[in-house]
Amino acid sequence: MRRGLWAAPSKRMRRRRFLPLLPALTLLAMLGPVAAGLWWTLLPAFGHLPAAGLTGPSIDPFNALFDWQGLPRAAFLSLSTGLIATAVSLLIVTLVTAGWSGTKPFRVLERLLSPLLSVPHAAAAFGLAFLIAPSGWLSRMVSPGLTGWERPPDLLIVQDTWGLTMAAGLVAKEVPFLLLITLAALGQTDARQSVNVAQALGYGRLTGWLKTVFPRVYAQIRPPVYVVLAYSMSVVDVAVILGPNTPPPLSVQIVKWMSDPDLAMRLVAAAGALLQLGLVIGALVLWRAGESLVAFLGERWICAGRRGRWDGVVAGTALFGGAAAALAVLLGLLVLAIWSFAGFWGYPDALPNGFTMRNWMRHGDGALEALGETAFIALVAATAAVLLTIGCLEAEYRYGLRLRARTVWLLYLPLLVPQIAFLPGLQTLLLGVGAEIGRIPVIVAHLVFVLPYVFLSLADPYRAWDGRMGTIASALGAGPERVLWHVRLPMLLRPILTAFAVGLAVSVGQYLPTLLIGGGRVATLTTEAVALASGGDRQAIGVYALMQTGAALIPFALALLVPALVWRNRRGLRYG
Amino acid sequence: MKHLAVLAALLTPLPAIANPDPSDWTAVTEEAEGQTVFWNAWGGSTTTNDFIAWVGERVAEDYGVTLEHVKLTDTADAVTRVLAEKQAGEDDDGAIDMIWINGANFAAMKEADLLFGPFAEQLPNWAFVDVEGKTVQTDFTVPVEGYEAPWAMAQVVFIHDTADLAEPLGSMNAILEWSQANPGRFTYPQPPDFLGTTFLKQALVDLLDDPSVLADPATDENYAEVTAPLWAFLEDLTPTLWREGRAYPASGPAQLQLIADGEVDLAISFSPGEATAAIANNQLPPSVRTFVLDKGTIGNASFVAIPYNSGSKEAAMVVANFLMSPEAQVRAQNPEILGYGTVLDMQALSDDDRAAFENLELGIATLSPAELGTVQDEPHPSWMTRIADDWADRYGVAQ
Repeated sequence: MRRGLWAAPSKRMRRRRFLPLLPALTLLAMLGPVAAGLWWTLLPAFGHLPAAGLTGPSIDPFNALFDWQGLPRAAFLSLSTGLIATAVSLLIVTLVTAGWSGTKPFRVLERLLSPLLSVPHAAAAFGLAFLIAPSGWLSRMVSPGLTGWERPPDLLIVQDTWGLTMAAGLVAKEVPFLLLITLAALGQTDARQSVNVAQALGYGRLTGWLKTVFPRVYAQIRPPVYVVLAYSMSVVDVAVILGPNTPPPLSVQIVKWMSDPDLAMRLVAAAGALLQLGLVIGALVLWRAGESLVAFLGERWICAGRRGRWDGVVAGTALFGGAAAALAVLLGLLVLAIWSFAGFWGYPDALPNGFTMRNWMRHGDGALEALGETAFIALVAATAAVLLTIGCLEAEYRYGLRLRARTVWLLYLPLLVPQIAFLPGLQTLLLGVGAEIGRIPVIVAHLVFVLPYVFLSLADPYRAWDGRMGTIASALGAGPERVLWHVRLPMLLRPILTAFAVGLAVSVGQYLPTLLIGGGRVATLTTEAVALASGGDRQAIGVYALMQTGAALIPFALALLVPALVWRNRRGLRYG
Repeated sequence: MKHLAVLAALLTPLPAIANPDPSDWTAVTEEAEGQTVFWNAWGGSTTTNDFIAWVGERVAEDYGVTLEHVKLTDTADAVTRVLAEKQAGEDDDGAIDMIWINGANFAAMKEADLLFGPFAEQLPNWAFVDVEGKTVQTDFTVPVEGYEAPWAMAQVVFIHDTADLAEPLGSMNAILEWSQANPGRFTYPQPPDFLGTTFLKQALVDLLDDPSVLADPATDENYAEVTAPLWAFLEDLTPTLWREGRAYPASGPAQLQLIADGEVDLAISFSPGEATAAIANNQLPPSVRTFVLDKGTIGNASFVAIPYNSGSKEAAMVVANFLMSPEAQVRAQNPEILGYGTVLDMQALSDDDRAAFENLELGIATLSPAELGTVQDEPHPSWMTRIADDWADRYGVAQ
């Protein structure tokens, strides 16, 4: 249909055009750094670091790695926290969607999505840590009144040896992400009809949804679920704040080795990074096997034909889980806001003994400076990502250069390879080629992570655009360029701005790429906040974490507001 | 072979940018104007960060030098960076112009020829430095030889919340007994954190009858025997610690936060004025005080060093010199601002400058120089490295 309408451009014309090259360029921007970084991790892992006078191959780095007594536990923690966080998040999202989609509580959750998503992981983790610690806010609110505690009980909750608190912190942040993805997938399945039919056959709402809609939805959300698994297994900032430290999860230990003054430890770090990559691959295989098992059991369950007697209980529990996840993040933010204005706040007072502007005056200047750096990097990276994405999608539209289902996985690749596995290598490489340290390499590194999210968020609305509009415009004499600039992009203003906001939020939250590639010279709100976390000054952490959240949240608000203002006289616009 | 190497070194062309001569101070300040110094310093303490920001304002005013504070979570990061730059051949304009450094990191950098110098003793303000009374020419027993400039003196003190622990504890064994009677009320930062290893060193120094053996490098022969009392002490102490030693605070300030949260009553600090400053900043309750052990506590100096590949060596020297000025030193010693001990010799100062020091209020929780008592020497860095590694094997991977 499309090909029939748009005659393929002549060879000469295609050569002149830049557009058809964009998809390749985009893939290069995303995968180039990953591949290069992995290669430069692989070499030192086998003892090859010529710059340091070490030539391989040798397996000494792996011997040293396996000599580390904490390794079994650290590797186990990586696996367990990753699998638990992913499974629990997916379970909550699935059951909440199954039991409640289309209802009022669900709409409340939907409305909370953007703010929840834009809270950076580190800020959410700080908030949660202070919320649930034995001397935390929840304990303070009921002490000593209900509990009789004048002093906090000596309980290992935050940084618990099993990493459960860390997994809970990850769940609180991954539930909104998976919910967003699920909502997008729901739009492409006629879920309502299926559930209606199931309900007419006597199935409960939840059971009916699970039996008819879930298999279709899961097929679509599978890549992001894998991303959540890979991310949760190898996250560093959340693990530093909430995870155990005797020993820490493998990813944290790799960062420690990377920063050891003894050069030989870099080789161990590289070996550890490869092990981390192997663990992630292993966990993905395990998850895939789990999928088959669930599918097998699910088929039998469907065939058994039970109508869902426990729907109410299950749906209620799931909603509780979802609400708890949302509340943990929101209460955490609230408590950070209180800390940023707090005077001295000792246990067991439910509120500080005084409020002051002092913290903001002390840290405001530094935080504003970091905000400037954060905003600059995020704006450049997100703009580049949006332009490349539009270019790719337009090339796909005009020349039919469509990504196949298989190549869609390429989009997820930068998100599936653990950051800790390739960023150290990338740092070594950048140093080797003498690339100037500073913002530009950091922006390039951010682009690796910003691009996939922007692409995923813009692709569907862009493809869903009604092609007949283009036909009408060309019938009126507009060339492809004019159709793009005067019809298509204005109509898609809102999804484009949303994708832009997603890109900004992703960039604002980046910790490891900024730290490792920026060589310490690039100080963003996130790197400053995590550095402060090592100091434990909650007043300062409150100021930085609030600024960080604002930097990610305000673009989302603008993405909603701007189209409404620009198109206030075009109410009929579908996306306006 | 050896001669060949020397010959090769002689024939190698000089680097494009010649190193500045620290003794020609006029030339140094002229070159420094307009340069930017990236000072890599631990960024976990907001009071220190504020002080560094103030230094930046002052050197900009007086010398036209821009100071950027690169906030580290671990000083070793900076060492790694310089090392990586050397391997990559970045010899002229590295990312780091100055590092807040001492101990093992200094020993490692000096050993690997990663530092610019000697420069410290040629700086004009060196004339005020107390080389007799303060350990500014050795750093953890390693000779400094002008490769780093001192800017603050530190000494171990213990911060206690008098609401729960009224009386000072005189020795490590007294701390152990108290902790056994009050389980869960004491902890220390997790080694290899600087303050955590300091606690281990302090314990060893206090437990040994004669700690002089620690002045020489640890050997395979004497290490196990000398450190045995420390491991026995930790074996008894660990089960009585906060969270039974299954978790530790990440750093010194995180440990202070635990006092404010009422989770512990006792914490180690390497800065006699830190408690007072923390009370002023609403980070500790007004009921905390400090004490030192009967036999004394470990003391050392904080230094700044300049990497060999800094592109702003002149400006870095200007900052190092400013840090040793009476103006900066009196501000650093002010407990409401930083509370760090000065490196200056009071007798060498002008009357006005001396008066400025004498007029400082020490602060409610700060001990006077007399009360701080005996300053014990730091052990040779080899002890700390091995003890930190052993600690990690025994307690860092305990579960």
